[in-house]
Amino acid sequence: MAKTDLRLTVEEDAMLAGEQGELVQWAIRMQVDVGRFFGADRLVPVTSAHMVGDMEVMGEPGLALLQKIAHGAARFRVPMTTNARCVDFAAAERLLQDPGMVCKEKELIAAIRTIGAIQTDTCINYQSVYQPHFGEHVAWGDTGTVIYANSVLGARSNFESGPAAFAAGITGRTPRYGFHVPEQRRGTVLVELSAELEDLADWGALGAVVGRQCNDYWQVPVIDGAKPGSVTSDRMKHLGASLASYGSLAMFHMVGVTPEAASVDAAFAGREPKQTIKVDDAAIADVYASYPADRDEIDLVVLTGPQLSLFEIKLVAELLDGRSVHGNTRFIITTNQMNHAAATALGYVPAIERAGGMVLVGVCFYLMGADVMRERFGWRNVLTNSAKLANIIGGYRYHPIFRRTRDCVEAAVAGRLQS
Amino acid sequence: MTRDAVDPSVLELRGPPGFGRPLDGEALVSSDPFSPRYDLDRSTGLISRKGHAVEGHNLAGKILVIPAVKGGVAAGWAFYDLMRRGIAPAAILCRETNPVFVQGAVLAGIPILHRLEPDPVTSIRTGDRISVDPTSGRVVVSRFGG
Repeated sequence: MAKTDLRLTVEEDAMLAGEQGELVQWAIRMQVDVGRFFGADRLVPVTSAHMVGDMEVMGEPGLALLQKIAHGAARFRVPMTTNARCVDFAAAERLLQDPGMVCKEKELIAAIRTIGAIQTDTCINYQSVYQPHFGEHVAWGDTGTVIYANSVLGARSNFESGPAAFAAGITGRTPRYGFHVPEQRRGTVLVELSAELEDLADWGALGAVVGRQCNDYWQVPVIDGAKPGSVTSDRMKHLGASLASYGSLAMFHMVGVTPEAASVDAAFAGREPKQTIKVDDAAIADVYASYPADRDEIDLVVLTGPQLSLFEIKLVAELLDGRSVHGNTRFIITTNQMNHAAATALGYVPAIERAGGMVLVGVCFYLMGADVMRERFGWRNVLTNSAKLANIIGGYRYHPIFRRTRDCVEAAVAGRLQS
Repeated sequence: MTRDAVDPSVLELRGPPGFGRPLDGEALVSSDPFSPRYDLDRSTGLISRKGHAVEGHNLAGKILVIPAVKGGVAAGWAFYDLMRRGIAPAAILCRETNPVFVQGAVLAGIPILHRLEPDPVTSIRTGDRISVDPTSGRVVVSRFGG
């Protein structure tokens, strides 16, 4: 097999031999092992890394590992940004979050900042922090960031989970396999889109339809039929997050929109589609119908997953239109510190807060110990415009209801879903 | 089936080289894909998701055989967490896997193989004793009294 034929540069050989210290050796060892597994021929330099490390999945052993590394001398050699985390310290008490988790979160942040991370706490780094150019190799962690970078920007990344992105930050490289290789980026599945998509949630629903039928990291759907002018960054953001959540997908093409899909033929680059998925209005309606209301009263309305852009925050403030959130309903949105600062200065955040809504910073709702909050507040259902959140939050024993953005805001005001 | 063609008690599967050291162990075969975040009680190693093909089985120390993986980036840390708490699977055989799963297995030092022929999910049974050699991409199943 050609599998073990991974060639290293002189410098990389030295790193593997331990000449740049134990941590660098440990990091490149993992990269070589993963690269060999997937048939990588070499490592490629990356310009940035983006790390997911929430306490919920890392556990104590993961935290202890990072703390041990922080005590050593090695530091990230390319910019390392951090993904959405579990705690907004300004809101933790109001949300009755577990003090133990809040404390661990502080320790985790201290460790990764010591190693040199830029604490952005965002899952929309591609909107707020850095947009890699076409063909640029990066090592990003959160699945939504990877699919956006690959598909919309034409940059190159695999899903680099916590330890893998960490290793890439330490070595400044990543193994060249998967979506770093042009052949893997060709389309495999044709999506014939005839549905009218307007709201952000409609685009998330499209991702759900495709992801449910095409659940395999190595598949690349080619979406044909998007109306010119109908696609925005936020819509692609919801589409990508949903494709990654429902289908573990890391890349899509959209004909006439994304950079490697000037035509259907260009997107497939000689491959025959192995499957065709038709998405009409009925298919989109079916996604909403798959998350029916358990009752009219809504305990919680959450707009998150991905964090909201400045445009989305402005939209929420406008939809509220000076009205107040119902007394029996909680209304929560999440964003990053950059958008929060801008939206505060522009008056959108104060408007949402005056209405009784909460604007959380640097977090994503499902990472926040969602099951503990559910028990402490007695929440049963959650209404959202995020197809991704609807997919995940059932695992924390919420009843998820998925609707369009305007319906979510109206329900927050009325305390109940309007029929 | 290959196992009936030559010797009903011994079956060999082959695939590309995987990761990790050789080992012997007992198989736990799931016909459903697996996520360490959503299918598992991470304090005990029990497969806890209702309706999962191997619900109620414990994966600690077993050679986990699965058709595919699911979930986001959680698997990257989850296996290390399980390993440090002594409830990790001994090895993982996948029909198909993805980078996150392999990154997680490598961090934790858990042997992992993929793309084996014949299909491990249909040719290996829960309780089979199997020998795994990741370097050569070989898995041998011994079935005494099947």
